[in-house]
Formats: sequence, C-alpha cells, structure tokens
Amino acid sequence: MMRLASSLRAALAAFLLAVFAFVLIGPLVNLALWSVAERWYTPYKLPVIYGTRYWEQVFRPTGDAMASLGTSVWIAVLTVIVALTLSIPAGYALARLKLPVRALFMILFLLPQAFPSVAIYINVARVFYQLGINGTVFAVVLVHAAHGLVYSVWIAAAAFGAVDKDLELAARNIGASPLRTFFSVTLPLAAPGIIASGIFVFLESLDEFTGTFFVGVPQVTTLPLLLYNAAMGGNYQVASITALILLVPSVLFMLFIERFLRADVLAKVGA
Amino acid sequence: MSISQRQLALLLVAPGLALVAALFLYPLSFSLISAFTRPQGGISLDAFRKAWELYSSDMLFTVVIVLASCLFTGLAAIIIAGTLTLGENRWIVGTLKALYRWPLFIPFIVAAQCMRTFLAKNGLMNNSFVAMGLMEPLQAVSFLDWRGIIATFVWKQTPFVALLLAGALAALDRATLEAGRNLGATRLRVLVELALPQVMPQLLVALVLSFVTMLSVLSVPMMVAGSQPTMLTVDMAFRINAYGDYATANALGVVTYLLSAGAAIIYLKRGMAKEGAT
Repeated sequence: MMRLASSLRAALAAFLLAVFAFVLIGPLVNLALWSVAERWYTPYKLPVIYGTRYWEQVFRPTGDAMASLGTSVWIAVLTVIVALTLSIPAGYALARLKLPVRALFMILFLLPQAFPSVAIYINVARVFYQLGINGTVFAVVLVHAAHGLVYSVWIAAAAFGAVDKDLELAARNIGASPLRTFFSVTLPLAAPGIIASGIFVFLESLDEFTGTFFVGVPQVTTLPLLLYNAAMGGNYQVASITALILLVPSVLFMLFIERFLRADVLAKVGA
Repeated sequence: MSISQRQLALLLVAPGLALVAALFLYPLSFSLISAFTRPQGGISLDAFRKAWELYSSDMLFTVVIVLASCLFTGLAAIIIAGTLTLGENRWIVGTLKALYRWPLFIPFIVAAQCMRTFLAKNGLMNNSFVAMGLMEPLQAVSFLDWRGIIATFVWKQTPFVALLLAGALAALDRATLEAGRNLGATRLRVLVELALPQVMPQLLVALVLSFVTMLSVLSVPMMVAGSQPTMLTVDMAFRINAYGDYATANALGVVTYLLSAGAAIIYLKRGMAKEGAT
C-alpha cells in the first residue's frame, strides 16, 4: 500500500512538472517554430513548409535587422560607458566615504525604477523635443543610462563595500597615495562586481522598449522596436527571429550571473 | 587635502544624481504640473475629469489585471520555492531548479511575442490540446485578451519572485522546519505555517517590485491584447501619439503614480523597519 501511494505521488509530481515545463517552454518553442516557418496556416498544427528564408532576410548585411542590431549594440555600449562613469565614483562614495543622508541618495537612484515609467518617458520626450535631441542616439543613451543607474550604482556600492579595508590600509601604510590605492587595490578587487553591473546595464539597454518608443522614434530603431514593428505588421517570422536574437544574451546572462556576482557582493546590494 | 571627506563624497555622487534629476525628477514635476493645470494656466482638475470620463473602465481593468497577476505570481512562486526548499524527490527538485529561472531576464517584449503566438486561437497551446485529444478544434478560442496579459506577466515575473523567495527560504533555520516535520506536520503545513510567515517580508518586496514593473510595461498590453479594454500605459501612449494631449496623458500618469505609491509605502515601511533593526 505504502509503495503504491508513494509511486502515485511521484507520478502526480512528475505530471505537474510536465505541465509546468509545457507552460514554461511552450511559448519559447512556438517562437522557435515561427522563426523557421516559411508557410504556416490553419488548420495545420505545425508549419507547412520549413526553411531559413526569413533568417537569410534578417541577416542580410543590408537588411533592417542588421542595422537595428548595430544600433542596439552601439547604444548599449555607450549606455554602459555613461552608467559606469557615473556609478564608479558614486558607488565608491556610497560605500566608503561619510555621506550625509546616505539612505536618501540610495533611494534617489532607485526612483526611476520605482515609478511607472511611461508617464515619465512621455515628458522626457517632450523636453527632448524642445531641446531638439529627440530621435537621436544621444537621447536614447541618456534615457537608458538613467534607467540602468540603479543597478550600476547599487552593485558598485556593494562591490566596493565587499573589498577588505585592511588591504587598502596596507597599501596606504607602504606609502601609496589614496588615488594609487584606489586604482591598484580597491578598483581591481571590486572589478568583478562592477563588470557584472555593466553587463546588467548592457542587457537592460538592449532590451529596453518603452523609453526608446517615446524618445527614439522615428529615427532610432533598436531591435525591440524592430520586433514591435514586425509583430504589429503581421510579420511573425521576422518578429520571432528578432525575439530569438534578444533571447540569447538574456539566457546566457541568466546561466552565468552567479559566476560574476559573488554571494558576498549580492548580499550587500541595496544595503 | 583642501576638501573634507564629506565634500568629496558629495562631489563623487553629484554627476549621477544630476542625471537622475534631469531625466526623472524634472520630467516628474513636468507631468504633475501638466496634469493639475489648464493649458491657459491656473490650477484645475479638468484633466482628471476627462481622464475619468474616457478611461475609468481602463483604470479598473489595469488594477484588476495587475492585482490578479501579482496574486498568481505569488502563488506560483510559493509553490516553486516551497518545492525547491522542502522537496524530497531529488530528481524533481533538480529538474524544477534547472527550469524555473529561464524567463528571468527575457525582455517583456520577447515574452509578449512568445505569448502572442502561443496563446492565439491556432497557437501551440490550443494545437497541443487538440493533438492530445483534450479538445475539439472548433472549441479553440484565442486567449489574447486580459487572460493573455495576466499569463504573460505571471510567466515573466514568477522566476524573479521565486528566486528571491527561494533565497529567503534557504536562509531559514533548517532545524525549525525539520522539527515541524518530525512532529508529524505535512510538508504543506510546514511551508504555510512555519516557513512562509518568516519570509513574508521578502515575498512582499518582490511582489511590490513586480506590481510597479507591471504598471510600467507598455509592450505586453499593446502586443498581447486587442485595443479595448486595455491598460493605462497604452492609453497614455495613445493620448500622446494620436492627439498630443499631454494633460489627459499626464493625469493618467498621476493615477499610475498613486497606484504604485500605495505599493511603495509597503516597500518603504519594510525598508524603514530593516534600517531600524540594524
């Protein structure tokens, strides 16, 4: 009896797990199927003709997708540079220096993420329009950097906070200047966390849709905007292939984040 | 050294703060002013009256969708994190652990495109049910409406909430949980009565963050559901792109601020309690 009950339980658990896997993986499989479906219409449950025609169309060097990919990566790289330039000093100050109302500063960096962003972006777009910078890469980079700053500042602060103070003191004791101590001891030790925050900002920028939708149109077409236009235009193949391109870095990051963000740094994020 | 450490600290933080001020605080005040004034000048609530007349049903729709999504996300995350912590079948725990995090960093717009195909009338979900003999082809309906939005939000946010919750559960004192098991409590009871009350703060924070995120997402309601009824984010974009009507759009924006402010108060209270404790 006991054995029957326990094998029934195991079967039930396996069944639930299978349902879960279907719900989790199903949408991704459907996306992958659409990317290789040259023709797919009802009542067929699977694509009628498979092929890579749309992949060739997307990856043609002169195609829209390659241009969008280039724009997206360029914007993401610039965003990382801007965000890290601002967040390395800020993170160091928040972690190591005596700062009045430190908690308030931490919350200020969080605010752009803690507010529903659409209402903010429509006004950013209005301001940028008056300044004449709407529809430029520069405008999009600024918006992405402000959005990603909470990650880069908080993670940088956590990374600097996790550096052993004794090592800095040792460097000072043997005569290194504060600046030299920072660049040859503190910064290299905090580097893995800062690189992780840079990857985070890069991905956020690559995936960002709402801000670009308001600030970048019509001149700046990033991959998410290309995906949106293709999907709304009914071109499921191009939309699915674009989605797959965006999927790759996201999944890789999910698999490797633990390598970059050590537990002791992670535990200090936001603290 | 001519400047004090405090001045140096402020100097180092200033550039970052300037960016936040220029791209968040300034537009935020812009939106508040635009929502509460007439175009000719003077304070008025006209924009809110118009927003309520045109979009009161969408406000309700938005609240219901976001709350329902948070509820289902919370339930799914509790089941996943609970199984990961208390599960005894190593094979099932391992498989679940390998699977559940996949959507974690997938962008909302990609999730929306996935669901657009998966939940359609002839999408893979209905097709699979038909192929398994669970459903006749004629019974297939499209889920691309409020159900699709909720499904997309839950699919996308569950890994995030489950990750935080599983982390909190893993940090609990195992001995208490083992003691509960030894006294004959089922695993479900240990989870609900012993473990969950201790990690409620973490669960709440994760759900509040998800709540605000869902209120900010434009791509999912635009791509997954049809035009009416829809969420406030889509209405705002429509007011701007079709009419250039900033007053009404900003009034709707203020409504979304208020909704998330309610959630943020919970978050800040939790933060204060933590600051007080340490």
